[in-house]
Amino acid sequence: MTEKSDIVLDVKNLKTVFFTNSGLFKAVDDVSFTVKRGETLAIVGESGCGKSVTALSLLRLVPDPPGRIVGGSVTLEGTDLLTLDEAAMRAIRGNRISMIFQEPMTSLNPVMRIGDQIVEAVRLHRNLSAKEAHDIAVEMLRLVRIPEPARRAGEYPHQLSGGMRQRAMIAMALACRPALLIADEPTTALDVTIQAQILALILDLQKELGTGLVLITHDLGVVAQTAQRVIVMYAGKKVEEASVEALFAAPKHPYTRGLMASIPAVPASGVPAQARLNEIPGTVPSLVRLPTGCAFAPRCKLAIKRCQEEYPPLADWGGGHLAACWRAAEVAEVA
Amino acid sequence: MTEALLEVTDLTKHYPVRAGVLRRQVGTVHAVDGVSFALGTGETLGLVGESGCGKSTVARSVLRLVEPTSGQIRLRGEDITHLSKAELRPHRRSMQIVFQDPFASLNPRMTAGDIVGEPIAVHGLASGKALEARVAKLFEQVGLRPDQMRNFPHQFSGGQRQRICIARALALEPRLIVCDEPVSALDVSIQAQVINLLIDLQRQHGFSYLFIAHDLAVVAHISHRVAVMYLGRIVEIADKDELFRNPRHPYTQALLASVPIANPHAKKIAPLVDGDVPSPVNPPSGCAFHTRCRFAMERCKTERPALVDAGAGHQVACLLNEGTGRPNAIP
Repeated sequence: MTEKSDIVLDVKNLKTVFFTNSGLFKAVDDVSFTVKRGETLAIVGESGCGKSVTALSLLRLVPDPPGRIVGGSVTLEGTDLLTLDEAAMRAIRGNRISMIFQEPMTSLNPVMRIGDQIVEAVRLHRNLSAKEAHDIAVEMLRLVRIPEPARRAGEYPHQLSGGMRQRAMIAMALACRPALLIADEPTTALDVTIQAQILALILDLQKELGTGLVLITHDLGVVAQTAQRVIVMYAGKKVEEASVEALFAAPKHPYTRGLMASIPAVPASGVPAQARLNEIPGTVPSLVRLPTGCAFAPRCKLAIKRCQEEYPPLADWGGGHLAACWRAAEVAEVA
Repeated sequence: MTEALLEVTDLTKHYPVRAGVLRRQVGTVHAVDGVSFALGTGETLGLVGESGCGKSTVARSVLRLVEPTSGQIRLRGEDITHLSKAELRPHRRSMQIVFQDPFASLNPRMTAGDIVGEPIAVHGLASGKALEARVAKLFEQVGLRPDQMRNFPHQFSGGQRQRICIARALALEPRLIVCDEPVSALDVSIQAQVINLLIDLQRQHGFSYLFIAHDLAVVAHISHRVAVMYLGRIVEIADKDELFRNPRHPYTQALLASVPIANPHAKKIAPLVDGDVPSPVNPPSGCAFHTRCRFAMERCKTERPALVDAGAGHQVACLLNEGTGRPNAIP
């Protein structure tokens, strides 16, 4: 169990495809990244960019059929998860790697008490008596700051508010002290004041327990406030990766730049009412009919002939700032 | 402010809670509890608040899609609160709505052109070739191609579907368009396109928006004035710049502090409120926010603060500092 290396998760050239009636599409295409102990990696992108399928691939939860992981490796604490059999994978899932989902109401069992659901997760992986496991469940509920944890453990999901349910999900996910936590849009369904509470809680617990965190979100505000490193995905591919400071200071990919310019800022004083936002023209392409070259080229102001013909490689722009764009050098000057 | 297009006075909507075999009323949901505001011609009023604060009920009551329990709604000076369906029909032309989910609000079995043309046909304003020409023009106005009129909703992307909904709302040349979370279901890059479209259309046609959203940044961007709601009441209303620069109600402050800012060097998220929004079935006495307020005093538990003028068109409902709502120090 003791890993000398600081790297908890090492994903190399992950490829996940779906076989559908309208053809094969590459939901995750050659994506690589690492997560260190206690580090937060954010994966951002719009619907259909492959961020959620990436998360499901890490846990080997991609529904098969129609989906299948067809290449790459997912190394968690030295073990390649893609080579394990289902029984060995079950021993790791929920134990060394766990996940919280967007909608806590649909991911909790509605007819089981909150406490029992945590007990079930704990006893699956650790040889504990029912009493000991129950104590851990209550302790976990206290850890996620649910008031009166002993009483709440005996309640059903419908008796809790949305924020409380998401806390219970977090308690369950962290009950076995996993090395890696994957959070797929954990606050998207919550109100903004509750979102702030939950994000603060996740970050506190992560610091306390040293868990690696993969945070999947579409909200650049959440990214800026929580992550150390960021991956931007577009049409199944990683188009940019950088430290959060470098990414927000000088995005190299025109898509990242466009995304940042298109979010309205909470008004700094002096912004006139109804200033126009920068928009990215067009829509996200269908993954079934991807262009040969860069998938973003049809929406890109900087696109040249080469962009339509050849897919640009991920180039290092210094300090681990990667971007896949033929015109990355010109992005800052033009836009 | 310009002449008021819409005036809402003391709007209240209660829903009964029934239980038991006899469906006896055991409680009341105070969805909207005495809301008043005015909306000028060509103005956008943003309505923000968290789920269950009553913002959508206000929107629907204004259009009489929900019958208010009490209060008054005046459109261009005329009281429409108690008009019958038939009497209301001519007024329906001047008020339209765009809903959140463009997937659920378009009939999947009608072509896009028929959807946009239907209100014009229903009101008998055009038919045949003239109708088709008007629909084609509407399509162009919202950035769709007239040849897409023959397509069905499923052939459009989410952003395009929202454009169809906007074209349908524009069809009768309304004076008021209620937008209930019009961009919440859209991706970030598409969101910007739709917001820009809404702003451009308002500049061209001069209608007013009642714009409802939970995303403060979006509301701030599009609105001239913003009203903040909490548990069925407006707690603060002011010009956009004033509200964001100088929020007075502790709830508004907490809301603003909770928004994650897209700048890694900005102040980190600091939740200023604990706990959840209380149930609107038994809202707290006095000021509804006192259970979560950092500055709550004894008085707040019993006295319900009225919305009072705090200068510069800024109204706030808070007992702090003689009703100015200004806490002594904001950490």
